Amino acid sequence: MTAITVNNLWKEYADQVVLERVNLSVHNKSFCSIVGASGCGKTTFLRILLGQEIQSRGTVTLNGAPLPMDPSAERGIVFQRYSVFPHLNAVQNVAMGLELKRSPMLGRLFGGARNAALDEARAYLAAVGLDFAADKYPAELSGGMQQRLAIAQALIKKPKVLLLDEPFGALDPGIRTDMHELILRLWDESDMTIFMVTHDLEEGFKLGTRMLVFDKVRVDPDAPGAFGATITYDLALNKKTKGELKDIQNLDLKKKD
Amino acid sequence: MSNRRIINRRPGQASAAWLAALPFLLLAGAYLIGSDIRLQANASDKLLPSLRTIGDTIGHLAFEADKRTGDYLFWKDSAASLIRLGVGMASATFIALSVGIAVGLIPYIRSTLSPFITVLSMIPPLAVLPILFIVFGMGELSKIVLIIFGVTPFLMRDTQLWVQSLPAEQLIKAQTLGANTWQVTLRVVLPQTLPRLIDSVRLSLGPAWLFLIAAEAIASTEGLGYRIFLVRRYMSMDVILPYVAWITLLAFVMDFILNRISHKAFPWQNLGGR
Ligand SMILES: Nc1ncnc2c1ncn2[C@@H]1O[C@H](COP(=O)(O)OP(=O)(O)O)[C@@H](O)[C@H]1O
Ligand SMILES: [Mg+2]
Repeated sequence: MTAITVNNLWKEYADQVVLERVNLSVHNKSFCSIVGASGCGKTTFLRILLGQEIQSRGTVTLNGAPLPMDPSAERGIVFQRYSVFPHLNAVQNVAMGLELKRSPMLGRLFGGARNAALDEARAYLAAVGLDFAADKYPAELSGGMQQRLAIAQALIKKPKVLLLDEPFGALDPGIRTDMHELILRLWDESDMTIFMVTHDLEEGFKLGTRMLVFDKVRVDPDAPGAFGATITYDLALNKKTKGELKDIQNLDLKKKD
Repeated sequence: MSNRRIINRRPGQASAAWLAALPFLLLAGAYLIGSDIRLQANASDKLLPSLRTIGDTIGHLAFEADKRTGDYLFWKDSAASLIRLGVGMASATFIALSVGIAVGLIPYIRSTLSPFITVLSMIPPLAVLPILFIVFGMGELSKIVLIIFGVTPFLMRDTQLWVQSLPAEQLIKAQTLGANTWQVTLRVVLPQTLPRLIDSVRLSLGPAWLFLIAAEAIASTEGLGYRIFLVRRYMSMDVILPYVAWITLLAFVMDFILNRISHKAFPWQNLGGR
């Protein structure tokens, strides 16, 4: 089943076309890696999927219905930084998604209801390997732990789509490998469609079932903002192609990045 | 060690305490010596009264009922001033918090009110004091309104800027967790704004006292500022000096208590994060 359809999408700012003629159709439970030169509009594309930005033209549908124009619980997000709330400890950060739903007026639960929510949140913390840090504030956690926390926080809402914007870009290589295993496992256990922006091609190939390359087809040297980027390569990745494509694309894309 | 540059040399804990006490001790010593010299030259000198005179005067004001009114003037003055200051600061804080968050968080409100607040904050509060007296009369209200008028714009703009500086990621994240605007305000913005607001309130205490004393000096029948300006006519330094010290102490204690509250209530502030 098609989860997300993007139809002739454009995004323009005052004097700059960022995205043009983006078309895409993504099946449920795909894992789309998005790569492209820095500044070419990957984050902008993700923001449109998220509802943080509104496209200038074109449509995006989720399971056939137009996307809500605000960020909503069906689309989870993990940013490179600032995804977790500094004033809440780990388990409170994760429980927040439950509290907001169950307490519309205060956004906060008390007594037994609160304990129930915290217990549920602890299960998600355990799933990302953070059960030992439930009482720690984000400032007391390492970068990798903060990203695990952000993932647990998003997953408790059981989003249909999970958007990741260079989620592991700031982490050490060893920790990044752990995070790859974690995200693949969580994706495997769920029905989510994942879009992940990365500047690390290898990471994109390793994790994705599909690789989307954003680039400008047309360039006007006198007016850098005149044309936007679009999807120039759209590659299905499976075990066989992953190995072969890697060698070819590596050479081609490294130059652009 | 001692041949290191001065910018690289740090006092230990004990010497830091001594160094901190030093200016106070010097000032006290200078006063006592100066007072002694002047009183020896002229026993009825009023400029630098002896500690004994000051103690006697405060003893009268604090522990003996006034002959005319039956009031204990020192405590009556303190209570009057503290109530004005408390009501004024509490109102200012509440207004600044609600308006500051609304202006900082909601673009339409920001476009509407932000320039207006900026202009409002440029009006010298003391210049409108006569207007306050005309509009609100000479009673308590105009003094409280002066404090509110004096400190709210600063608190409001500081709150607004702080809210605007919260990472957009947090507001987006909260929405993806299902939060509506009200819940974002309550669970993300408010708790992160309160500690900052407490700090701004601490910084505003100085101006708040200034406006209070100014208002009391002009129109009042009680209050710390009123008393100081009343006895000025008689050059009663034995009242003025301890009153000034008492005001300073009160301000210091308020600052200290607010700081403690902030640390206790928001432990996540000082963990090395933001
Ligand atoms: N709010 C905005 N207003 C104007 N230009 C923007 C805005 N957001 C992004 N841009 C521009 O859009 C382009 C793409 O940005 P972005 O999507 O962040 O790139 P990427 O994530 O691929 O590095 C950049 O040139 C950036 O300057
Ligand atoms: Mg980006």
